[in-house]
Amino acid sequence: MALSKEDIEHIAKLAALELSPDEFNAAFQELNDILNYIDQLQAVDTRGVVATSHVHGVVNAFRDDVIRPSFSKEQVTKNAPSIDERGFRVPKVI
Amino acid sequence: MNELTSLSVAEMRSGLLSKQFSCVELVDAHLSRIEATNEVLNSFITISSELARSAAQNADSVIAQSGEESPPLTGIPVAVKDMLVTEGIETTCASQILKGFIPPYQCTAVSRMCKRGAVIVGKTNLDEFAMGASNENSSFGPVRNPWDTKRVPGGSSGGSAAAVSAGQAPLALGTDTGGSIRQPASLTGIVGLKPTYGRVSRFGAVAFASSLDQIGPFARSVEDLAVLLQAIAGKDERDSTSVDEPVPNYSEAIAKGENEALSKLRVGVPKEYFIDGMDPAVEDSVRKSLGVLEKLGATLVDVSLPHTELAIPTYYILNPAEASSNLARYDGVRYGLREPADSLQEMYARTRAKGFGPEVKRRIMIGTYVLSAGYYDAYYLKAQQIRTLIINDFKAAFANDCDVIAAPVSPSTAFAIGEKADSPLQMYLADVFTCPINLAGLPGMSVPCGSDADGLPIGLQFIGKPFDESTLLRCGHAFFKQSSFDIRSMARKQATEFAI
Amino acid sequence: MSANEKAIEAVIGLEVHCQLSTDSKIFATSSTAAGEVPNSLTDPVTLGLPGCLPVLNKKVVEYAIKLGLATHCSIQRESIFARKHYLYPDLPKGYQISQYEKPICLGGNITVRLKEGIKNIGITRIHLEEDAGKSSHVDGEAVSVVDLNRAGVPLVEIVSEPDMRTSEEAGAYMRLLRQTVRYLDISDGNMEEGSLRCDANVSVRYEGSEKFGTKVEVKNINSFRFVEKAIDYEIERQSAMLRNGEEIIQETRLWDEAKGKTRSMRSKEFAEDYRYFPDPDLLPLIVDNDWIDSVKNTLPELPDQVYQRFKSMYGLDDYNADVLTQESLVARYYDQAVSVHGNAGALANWIGTELFGRLNKEGMTIENCPVSPENLADLVHLIGQNVISGKIAKKVFDEMFSSGARPAAIIEQQGLQQITDESAIMAIVQQVLDANPQQLEAYRSGKDKMFGFFVGQIMKLSEGKANPQIVNTLLKQKLDE
Repeated sequence: MALSKEDIEHIAKLAALELSPDEFNAAFQELNDILNYIDQLQAVDTRGVVATSHVHGVVNAFRDDVIRPSFSKEQVTKNAPSIDERGFRVPKVI
Repeated sequence: MNELTSLSVAEMRSGLLSKQFSCVELVDAHLSRIEATNEVLNSFITISSELARSAAQNADSVIAQSGEESPPLTGIPVAVKDMLVTEGIETTCASQILKGFIPPYQCTAVSRMCKRGAVIVGKTNLDEFAMGASNENSSFGPVRNPWDTKRVPGGSSGGSAAAVSAGQAPLALGTDTGGSIRQPASLTGIVGLKPTYGRVSRFGAVAFASSLDQIGPFARSVEDLAVLLQAIAGKDERDSTSVDEPVPNYSEAIAKGENEALSKLRVGVPKEYFIDGMDPAVEDSVRKSLGVLEKLGATLVDVSLPHTELAIPTYYILNPAEASSNLARYDGVRYGLREPADSLQEMYARTRAKGFGPEVKRRIMIGTYVLSAGYYDAYYLKAQQIRTLIINDFKAAFANDCDVIAAPVSPSTAFAIGEKADSPLQMYLADVFTCPINLAGLPGMSVPCGSDADGLPIGLQFIGKPFDESTLLRCGHAFFKQSSFDIRSMARKQATEFAI
Repeated sequence: MSANEKAIEAVIGLEVHCQLSTDSKIFATSSTAAGEVPNSLTDPVTLGLPGCLPVLNKKVVEYAIKLGLATHCSIQRESIFARKHYLYPDLPKGYQISQYEKPICLGGNITVRLKEGIKNIGITRIHLEEDAGKSSHVDGEAVSVVDLNRAGVPLVEIVSEPDMRTSEEAGAYMRLLRQTVRYLDISDGNMEEGSLRCDANVSVRYEGSEKFGTKVEVKNINSFRFVEKAIDYEIERQSAMLRNGEEIIQETRLWDEAKGKTRSMRSKEFAEDYRYFPDPDLLPLIVDNDWIDSVKNTLPELPDQVYQRFKSMYGLDDYNADVLTQESLVARYYDQAVSVHGNAGALANWIGTELFGRLNKEGMTIENCPVSPENLADLVHLIGQNVISGKIAKKVFDEMFSSGARPAAIIEQQGLQQITDESAIMAIVQQVLDANPQQLEAYRSGKDKMFGFFVGQIMKLSEGKANPQIVNTLLKQKLDE
């Protein structure tokens, strides 16, 4: 399944990455190489094989419905690039 | 290395308890060693001298008060991979996108280790977000291998491995997603263990590929390693995937290896782990090591893990897919880097373009693609199915043939910086003997077993049943003691290069 | 028949998001409270800080099982949490944790009562997910601000089958869902405050057509009053297009409450691609039969069960049964009141008119009603026992409402007992007749209407306390002498 330049553009958009022309060209080459390599899996017959999402087979981890102290104002704001008393500031959401 | 920085953890402990030296002196010796060598090795991103000294002072008063009763790691310096969040200490993942991020919360493994007295000396360098096998993908520059500073230390936990190897710390924490503890341990001549998936809490380990990531210890001996593993293992309510399995006494397991050697132990040797193209020195060294295991009483058994060759392509679907998802949160809104822009979409795209390095972008792109509409079944689902086949290979081997598996760690010894930098795919193949173990969620350990013609270390890998770290430690320790290969005399050779 | 004359029917399915009323968030330990200082209910997990992991709140699962059982769904033995990816500032991790391929509940239904009878509406699935935060515009600036207090609040999404044909049915379905979650005490069901949100999938087709028309999703219906209005608007819009032979495009439209219209959402730059995959941080959720049974044992009587019981047990008509079962607390109040002295019919009327009227007027709810069910039961009982008249009872009720006192005490204190002593009433009758000789003359000369005048005067003189039947009898007797 070879990737076209349009595919790369689409993926970059989905991934929210701005690629420079050089990066774009490199990505085109490298991603196709890598996909070409991983495409060998298509030849493996996996009919009836269960997919593994969790390797150890353990199920059901819960916590009780208990409130613990939330962050202080200082803890929220310390690492924030831009914040005021109403919230994290971002360019206008359309 | 001066005297204090070359001691084992047990020696440090007894020296502290017998007042031969204080925690402050021990920590200072390591901080001096870091200061003297970090410019060359570049193994630390952050050196937390002040916090370390005050923790050492505190440790001294604990020892003064409690003596033998003081926690096992009291005053012992530990280096922490900068992939683990440390409360109040900058945590970067070697990425520009997190530069300046000071976590207001603590990684569980770090907090458990500190509760047992460990002193954090600093945060070690790594491949950005742990994506790499050479430590060249760091936005803080590459780490150099203490055995040969023109060479890589392996990765992604290259900083932690180099630190322990070069005496900057006796112990270190790393993370292992496809080999990131075992491979650098192998390339720097130390011991490194990736625990069973679920053995150590992932809370506070910055997520890379969540179904594969585990935190694990580095040390210069198996005995030292066991002390740190003991401190961090166990169920954590904050990580749903950590497992409530009893944590055995690992030091006792090691003692068992000492007393009974490896009698009655069946060691599986998988033929798929000896492949064309691997460094003959590695194969030779590993084969010789198998002989040592036999001498120790183990029975060697040929086993087959037939889906091994599918592990890399499977891994390089699951890993980028999960990574692309885990890294979606770095958007410049709540923390980390933000590039100014007029529109929200531009802000995202520019922040991420500037904040992430090339390998991170590559994995995000692949991961985004394999999860995207129309391709999920062909890639992600397929890879999960093949993951099942790989798991079943190991299950069958352990059920029928063997108690533990022995194999190489890395197909080559430390390669030159820049040697594989042009081919991402070539770099991915470095995980060939390690990533199947992550896919199967099993424990794996690298133990030094020899060196090549250039004197570069080679590691032997032990692979165990789920939650059977004890057997790995037992094998590793028995082997280590019997092996004609003397890592400590090698380390002395290495040390001359870094003599202060 | 030409196309223009053929009848058009709408096909409606609803996706309802309902906020569960747990104390803490679905995967984090911060409070779910509303109205707090922006970003004060956050923690490492809620903010999506690096290395933080979700841990499932068990109560959220119990609530979902409750709702599943109440809506006749099959509770799935295994359900899986998945990550749904999209970038938006109010979504801290860049993905929302939701259930996708394996939701917790499948295949249920609820029965709504309509004017023309009852109708079964299928429920495709109910799944668990986390809410997003809230971003809002700042006036006069090119920025938005993001408050993540709501991020991680537990939601269930209830997806109906496309079984509804009219806005009335959709409205009834929404009201029944609200009623159900409130009976189960798993949500406040408040649509205006966003605890209940509704997206409607609407299409139209010519009646008798097997095929569905193109579906349009209407979002932003955030008030009960507008569910029916928004759907009606959309049906009309699409019907006109169908009749004119215009192509209806599959799209998402927003309901604009101010304009009373739906409008197309600006088309996205590219199609959504959520890249779902099972969340490796959360284990499979296994609900076994023991768990289901233990939740079953805690299920309260459901709205329709109470409705049927009120009709059969208390002989209520449809209207009263409906009114008294809208809220479980009202139903409980009524049950308690009736249990004291009976009087089911009279109490139903009292609650439906006097009590509700007064609560409405005061802006209060049954929860903080000052009149206890026992006291209301006593009041109605006292009327039946002729201790007070219905008219006096209203006065007593007013006093009960303001003071919370028992009716007997009020009657005693204010001397409001009905006068049933015939000689006492006769004395009042005599007094009235004596005081109004002209009217008496008029009555006797054939003006029967004067009877009412005398009754009024007698009641006035007795301050309303004279027993009306006895007044009637004695007055008649006296006039006819």
